[in-house]
Amino acid sequence: MSLNRNVAAIAVGAAGLMALALAMVFFVAPEDADQGISQKIFYFHVPIALTAYACFGTGAWKGLRLLWTGAERYDLESYTAIHQGTIFGALTLLTGSIWAKASWGVWWAWSSNQLVLFLVLFLFYCAYFMLRFSVEPGTRRARVSAVYALFGVALIPISFLAIRLANDFIHPTVFTRHGAQMTGTMLAAFWVSWAALLLLAFVMYRVELIGKHIDANLRDLRDILTAR
Amino acid sequence: MSSGEKYVAAAYAVVLLAVLVWVAIIAAKLVRLERETAELATLARRPAGERQSTDG
Repeated sequence: MSLNRNVAAIAVGAAGLMALALAMVFFVAPEDADQGISQKIFYFHVPIALTAYACFGTGAWKGLRLLWTGAERYDLESYTAIHQGTIFGALTLLTGSIWAKASWGVWWAWSSNQLVLFLVLFLFYCAYFMLRFSVEPGTRRARVSAVYALFGVALIPISFLAIRLANDFIHPTVFTRHGAQMTGTMLAAFWVSWAALLLLAFVMYRVELIGKHIDANLRDLRDILTAR
Repeated sequence: MSSGEKYVAAAYAVVLLAVLVWVAIIAAKLVRLERETAELATLARRPAGERQSTDG
């Protein structure tokens, strides 16, 4: 509950960090010698993708906690995290598509394993909602959703490592075994952007969760009042 | 504005738009919750006997 009380302060922090990230991206980080200005998309595209992975991972973790403890609250938390993951997943595909058009001249490249695997991961989690809302609310729905969320998490390392496993030369590899292939200020802009987007995702997650809890409490209250 | 700059602006605009749409959805939800809370407050103020006859 203390997190709920602090959500406003965290939101202000996220806004400040976002402003700092934008300032670093556009005024501090140098222009890429190879790609030019279009490389600036990287600073939001990659952190958004990593945030989507984090959200899906959180959804799976909450699903595991539900199966482990049986506590119902994890169902709503898992669902909300996966909802955030699909929002950030859609943004990854959209910003990636724009970057692809700017860099490669095409909106999409089916030959890139990284892109296709991320699309598979995104569609897998889109299907989560179809599954969830096809089952009546209750323990069964919570358990089926948790198991599905856990299966999906297996796709995350595959999607993340696809570019390295398949030697994909279309999609650029910035982080290799030898470290990040960029200058110090570029890397700093990347880390600040990722921190800002993670914090934004966290605020969105908490706000959505608070809304769902209020919704559930109001439903209970209505039932109590009409039953009296 | 060069074509590269246009693509960068488009990518960042997409993110901003998504956040704004999310805020609009949450705002709509808040309006609904406010309405429902007001309805429940009205319901709670009514004498117990009247509640089921009008709402049930």
